[in-house]
Amino acid sequence: MINLKINGTPVSVPAGTTILEAARQMNIDIPTLCFLKEINAIGACRICVVENRVNGVGRLVAACVFPVAEGMDIYTHSPMVLKARKQTLELILSNHEKKCLSCVRSGDCELQRLCNEYKVEKEDKFDGDVNFYEEDASAVHMVRNNNKCILCRRCVAVCEKNQAVSVIGANERGFATHIGSAFDDGLGLTSCVACGQCIVACPTGALAERDDTDKVWEALADPTKHVVVQVAPSIRVTLGEAFDMPIGTNVEGKMVTALKKLGFDKVFDTDLSADLTIMEEANELIDRVQKGGALPMITSCSPGWIKFCEHNFPDMIPHLSSCKSPQQMFGALVKTYYAEKNNIDPKDIVSVSVMPCTAKKFEVGRENQNAAGVPDVDISITTRELARMIKRAGLFFTKLEDSEFDNPLGIGSGAGLIFGATGGVMEAALRTAVETLTGEELGKLEFTDVRGTAGIKEASYKVGDLDIKVAVCSGLANAKELLKKVQAGEADYTFIEIMGCPGGCVNGGGQPFQPASVRNFEDLRAMRAKALYDTDAAMTLRKSHENPMIKELYDTYLERPGSHKAHELLHTTYVARNRFGEQ
Amino acid sequence: MSNKCPVPFKGTKEQEQQLHEVIAKHKDQDGPLMPVLQEAQEIYGYLPIEVQKIISEGLNIPLEHIYGVVTFYAQFSLAPKGEYKIGVCLGTACYVKGSGDILNKIKEIIGIDVGECTPDGKFSLEATRCIGACGLAPVMTINEEVYGRLVVGDIPDILKKYMD
Repeated sequence: MINLKINGTPVSVPAGTTILEAARQMNIDIPTLCFLKEINAIGACRICVVENRVNGVGRLVAACVFPVAEGMDIYTHSPMVLKARKQTLELILSNHEKKCLSCVRSGDCELQRLCNEYKVEKEDKFDGDVNFYEEDASAVHMVRNNNKCILCRRCVAVCEKNQAVSVIGANERGFATHIGSAFDDGLGLTSCVACGQCIVACPTGALAERDDTDKVWEALADPTKHVVVQVAPSIRVTLGEAFDMPIGTNVEGKMVTALKKLGFDKVFDTDLSADLTIMEEANELIDRVQKGGALPMITSCSPGWIKFCEHNFPDMIPHLSSCKSPQQMFGALVKTYYAEKNNIDPKDIVSVSVMPCTAKKFEVGRENQNAAGVPDVDISITTRELARMIKRAGLFFTKLEDSEFDNPLGIGSGAGLIFGATGGVMEAALRTAVETLTGEELGKLEFTDVRGTAGIKEASYKVGDLDIKVAVCSGLANAKELLKKVQAGEADYTFIEIMGCPGGCVNGGGQPFQPASVRNFEDLRAMRAKALYDTDAAMTLRKSHENPMIKELYDTYLERPGSHKAHELLHTTYVARNRFGEQ
Repeated sequence: MSNKCPVPFKGTKEQEQQLHEVIAKHKDQDGPLMPVLQEAQEIYGYLPIEVQKIISEGLNIPLEHIYGVVTFYAQFSLAPKGEYKIGVCLGTACYVKGSGDILNKIKEIIGIDVGECTPDGKFSLEATRCIGACGLAPVMTINEEVYGRLVVGDIPDILKKYMD
C-alpha cells in the first residue's frame, strides 16, 4: 500500500492507483474532460491538474494519469489548482463556438458545467484566432460540429478501442488539428456503423444524434395520420436518468403515460417483437442445425453490429440470422396485421420507434424493410429525443401516474424485456429452445453464464439431444476478436449473440448522457441491466413462447414460425459492403 | 469538405508492384507506417487516397489513421506536383516585402491552395522558406525560373505565359 496525503488527510491506496482514483475514494471529484477509464488516458486536457507539493513547492500534475507515490502531499483545490483549471477553461472557450442557448447539450454539457463551477466570467477572455468548420451532416444518424469540439479525443478512443471501427481521428496538426474521417470525407461516406458510442462519450455538443423530433411532432399534429409508437426494452430503465432519477430506475408506467399524453394513438411494446424474434430465430437455428445450414448462426438484432459485419466480415453474412430486428418486425406487424385488423391504410400510419440506438435511424432506411410496401418504421428516435419531447410538452415526468401499454401489441414477456442487456437474447432463446425441444418445463429460468458485462462469454448446454455451444459478445472490438477465432476454426459455436454496444442496448449510443465523473466510476451497464433482470424476475410471463399475443399472432396470421408469411414479413437480407465505405 | 486530390490518379501497375514490395518489406517490423509512407511517396511523388488504401489493406491500419499521419507531417503531400511548380517565398525578407499578397493573387488566379495541384495537373503551389534570394524580395519560382521584385500586378502576365 502507498501512503500519501490528500488535502492534508492521510490515505492508503494500492500501488498503481492514480491520484484521481485515490481522491475519489475520499469522495473528492476531480474534474476530467479527456479521461475515459481504460480507453483514453492521455493526460491532454489539463483540467484534472492537482498540486503535488514537494518541500513546500507546488507543481501541477495531471491526476488522471499520475500514479500515487509514498509520502505524496496532494492538494485538489488549492489556489494554484483553481487558477490553472479556470485558465484552461478560458483557453478552451477562446476557440469554442459558445452558442450555449441553442446547443443540444445545454444543461447536459460537461464543459458548460465546469465553466459554471469554476466561475468563468468571461467567455472571451482570450481573444484570438477561431477555427471555423462546416458541420458534417453526411451520416443519417448523427451530426458533427467541430466548432464545439475540444479535441479531448474521447470519440476517437471509443471508435477505435471499444468498437474497432476507427473511422475518426485527428487530422492535420497544431491549431488546424480537428477530428474527422480520412480525407475529411463526411462520416456518411465511411464504414461508420452508426453505433453512436462517440456521441455518448462526447463531453460537449460537438456530436449529437440527428434530431428527428420535429418529424414526430408534425405527425402527431396531423389528424389524417394514425401515429403508433413502439418502445424498446431498455428505454424504460434509462429514460428516468434524463429526469434526474437514479440510474437503474424502471419507469415503464410513467413512460407509457407520457407517450399517451404526447398524443400517440397507440403505445406499443417492442418486447412483443423481441418475443417474436425468439420464435423466428429459434426456428431458424433448429432448421440450420437439422439441415446443415451455416453455423454458427449469429443474431441480427443490433443494426450497428450488422453494418460492422457487412463492412468488415462480408464473408460471414451467411451466418447472420435472416430475422429482422425487433424494431423492424414490430414495424412490419403494425403496417400489416394491425393495419388490416383495424382497417387502416398502412400509408396513413406513421410508425415511430423509441430506441436506445442511433444505428436504428440507419436501419429504418435499409432495403427490404417494407413488409407492406411502405417503410416498416418511419421515424426512429433515441431515448434522449423522447426525453426532450417530454420536457418540451411540459410534462412533470416524475409525477406522472403509471399506465399500461395498449392492446393488442402491448404484451411482452420477461424474455423479451432482457433483450436490452448483453446476453438477454441468448437467455430468452434458451428458455424457449429448451422447453420446445425437450417438451419439459424449465425448473430454473435464469441462464447466469450468459449474464454480466464481460465482453465475451461462453457456455455449453444440452438441449434435448443437441449439444449447443454458445457465445455472447458485446462491443465491436470484442466481436472482431470472436469472429477471427470463428474464421480461424478455433471456435465451434452453434449460436452467437452479438450486440454492437458494450453491455448491449442499456449502454446504447442513444441513451441518456452520463458525465465522465459517473462513467469512470460507476458500472453504468450493470446498474441499468440489473433493472431489467429484476423486472423479469418479478414477472409471471417470462418465456417468449408463452406470450398469449405471440400465440394469437401465429394462430390467426403468421401460421407458424418460419412460414412463408413469416418470411415475407419478418425476415430480411444483407449486403456486402466495402471496408472503406464509399470513400 | 472532402480533401481528395482532384487530379486523376495515374498510378501504373509497376508502381503498385513496387508499393506491395515495400509493404511486404516493412510489414512485420515495429512501426511500419512511416517508412512505408516515405517510400510510397518516393514511388508516386505524393500520397493520394488510392495509395493510402493499398497501404491500409497491406498493413491492416485504418485509413483514417494513415490520413491523420499524412496530414500531420508537412513532408507528406496529398497532391502531385504540377507540370509547373510554383514556389512563393515566405521567408522573412520576402514576407515583409509583401509575398503574402503575391501568394493570395496566385491562389485567386489558379484557384488552388498551398499544397494543392490544379485538376488539369498544370500548376502546383508551394509556400517555401527563404530561398536565399533576399536581394530580389519578394520572390517566386516557377520550375527553375526565378521572378524577383514582384508586385501583385505582375502576377497575371507571368502566369499567362504558362497557361497555353
